[in-house]
Amino acid sequence: MSSPAETTDDPAKAAPASRSSYDGLRLSALSKSYGSFHAVQSLDLDVPKGSFFALLGPSGCGKTTTLRMVAGLETPTSGTITLAGQDITATKPYRRPVNTVFQNYALFPHLDIYENVAFGLRRRKVGGVDAKVKEMLELVELEAQARKKPAQLSGGQQQRVALARALINEPEVLLLDEPLGALDLKLRRSMQIEIKRIQVEVGLTFIHVTHDQEEAMTMADTVAVMNAGVIEQMGSPGELYENPRSTFVANFLGQSNLIEGTVTSTAGDVVTVDMHGIQVSVPAARAHTDGGKGWIGIRPEKVLIGAAGTELDAPGNTVPGGVVTDVSFIGVSTQYLVKMPWGQELQVFAQNTGRDRIFRVGDPVELSWRPEYAFLLDHSQDVNAGAEEAV
Amino acid sequence: MADTDRRKGLTAYLLMAPAVLVLALFFVIPFYSLVAASLYEPGGSDKEGWEMTYHVGNYVDAVQDYWEPLWHAIAYSAAATLICLVLGYVLAYAIAFKSGRWKSLLLVLVIAPFFTSFLVRTLSWQLILADDGWIVDTFQFLHLLGDDGRLLGTHFAVVMGLAYNFLPFMVLPLFASIDKIDHRLIEASGDLYSNPVVGFFKVTWPLSLPGVVSGTLLTFIPAAGDYINAELLGSTETNVIGNVIQLQATDAGHPNTAAALSMILMVGILVMVLVYIRKAGTEELL
Repeated sequence: MSSPAETTDDPAKAAPASRSSYDGLRLSALSKSYGSFHAVQSLDLDVPKGSFFALLGPSGCGKTTTLRMVAGLETPTSGTITLAGQDITATKPYRRPVNTVFQNYALFPHLDIYENVAFGLRRRKVGGVDAKVKEMLELVELEAQARKKPAQLSGGQQQRVALARALINEPEVLLLDEPLGALDLKLRRSMQIEIKRIQVEVGLTFIHVTHDQEEAMTMADTVAVMNAGVIEQMGSPGELYENPRSTFVANFLGQSNLIEGTVTSTAGDVVTVDMHGIQVSVPAARAHTDGGKGWIGIRPEKVLIGAAGTELDAPGNTVPGGVVTDVSFIGVSTQYLVKMPWGQELQVFAQNTGRDRIFRVGDPVELSWRPEYAFLLDHSQDVNAGAEEAV
Repeated sequence: MADTDRRKGLTAYLLMAPAVLVLALFFVIPFYSLVAASLYEPGGSDKEGWEMTYHVGNYVDAVQDYWEPLWHAIAYSAAATLICLVLGYVLAYAIAFKSGRWKSLLLVLVIAPFFTSFLVRTLSWQLILADDGWIVDTFQFLHLLGDDGRLLGTHFAVVMGLAYNFLPFMVLPLFASIDKIDHRLIEASGDLYSNPVVGFFKVTWPLSLPGVVSGTLLTFIPAAGDYINAELLGSTETNVIGNVIQLQATDAGHPNTAAALSMILMVGILVMVLVYIRKAGTEELL
């Protein structure tokens, strides 16, 4: 979770030791505006040293701008960036212990792979270039391509060169700007695993910017979901998925059924909600609204479906009166659309275990879910926020 | 199968025919007559005719008599090319990277001088650099020139005239090369610890080399053969080989000498260009 930065606004106090004990990357009230457009708004963010951190959001949410400010390629309008206790807000990009894997790799076309990878070391006049480059090329399995030019390599190989070229400098923070965006799906999956393996091996801090929620969830320890210049929610992938705090996160990360309801009572750690005449309960820790009304959220795979009148193994929230309106057989699962008495269509993903029969369009069904999987979101938010941006 | 192959071959020859014909008419034949003329017996004249005696001595005599204008041509052209490269690079870089929406307008301005005749523009420099012109007056006032110092008729005036006239030939290929450079590569060099100066020499400059090579060739080759600038802005002290060739071919009546000098100039430039391209190609130029 983001904690407020220690406010030491006087740059004169920016001496490494006295500044702050935080050894990771800390963004404090960081903003970037282009005229009247606020790309990033007062962002507070702590990235712990050695973590694999993902900034996830739809295009235009400010995630790339944030990354470029950390790299020094954009100047913040206000706020500070501290890295390993040092204020680097005004530091030139070539003096920052930060390296970037660019979106389209930005490999130097006139240099061979070896020289591309050696570039940073040569500029810093570091010794032992040859051994380090060879070791790095080995890590990304490109020893055989050392004397080729970037144009002679495939997309996936170029991607690995870009990674090696940044990693070899052992930066405090490695920034990855949509690094897998140009690769096809299959290669993307294998590169996700590859990059994760390398991060664990080298133990550096990685900040990965992506609009692909699956990519962020598979790779990162911590994901920050960004929307319209602010961070909506931050946490482990499981936390974000299981307990979203906003409709945007609920819709952008996977899919959610969001049903309107009115809070009727709060007793201990259970909130009871009236959902179109049906009483359902939600754990208080998963209720993120103060108002009387809210959106009850439940993930499609958490919803059980059964023929009308069956006893479903989910005490607490049973919703009768549904009619199947659409069936898509996926193979491992079947995806249903079920029209509820109040007119809303809910999504249900049923695992094809063979225990239950597959329902057909028009079948009367009832739905049920365990209360501990439900969540309650504030009614003032747009129920469709993030649904269209999700990939 | 074989039939279509043959037809394809025929099409290729037919398509090449006009180019071959044009080259034969306008290059091979004149070139042959030039080589021939350079080997005529020196004693002939246009009235009495020329005798072909394979007189290689024409070449030796030409070099002995005219090594200075030959050297002038190369030196002026090289100096002008260097000046064009420095001025042109800055200009092309600014137009490509810093001009924003003014890019097209600035490019039009670069070629704008071509709308006036080469001769007229050079003549106007004669007026600008004239002994009683304001530039000479100013230079004299600032003691950059002595009281009887002049600009017209000096090496400086000739080199400046060449640089002025051939600058667009440098700027355009440079611009084409620099404009193509992906800005993210420059960002990447900064990200990899290059300050702007090092980044320029390690990334921008090598990537603009194709433009540097074609720009310098497009400037150097025509500038080496140009004699208008030496004629109009120079003096007898600044004669270039072009002046000599023109004089020998016409009024002086020694087409054999003119032809030999032309051949020497052509072969000389060809050799220099080949060496240059080879070096540029293997990055030894860096």
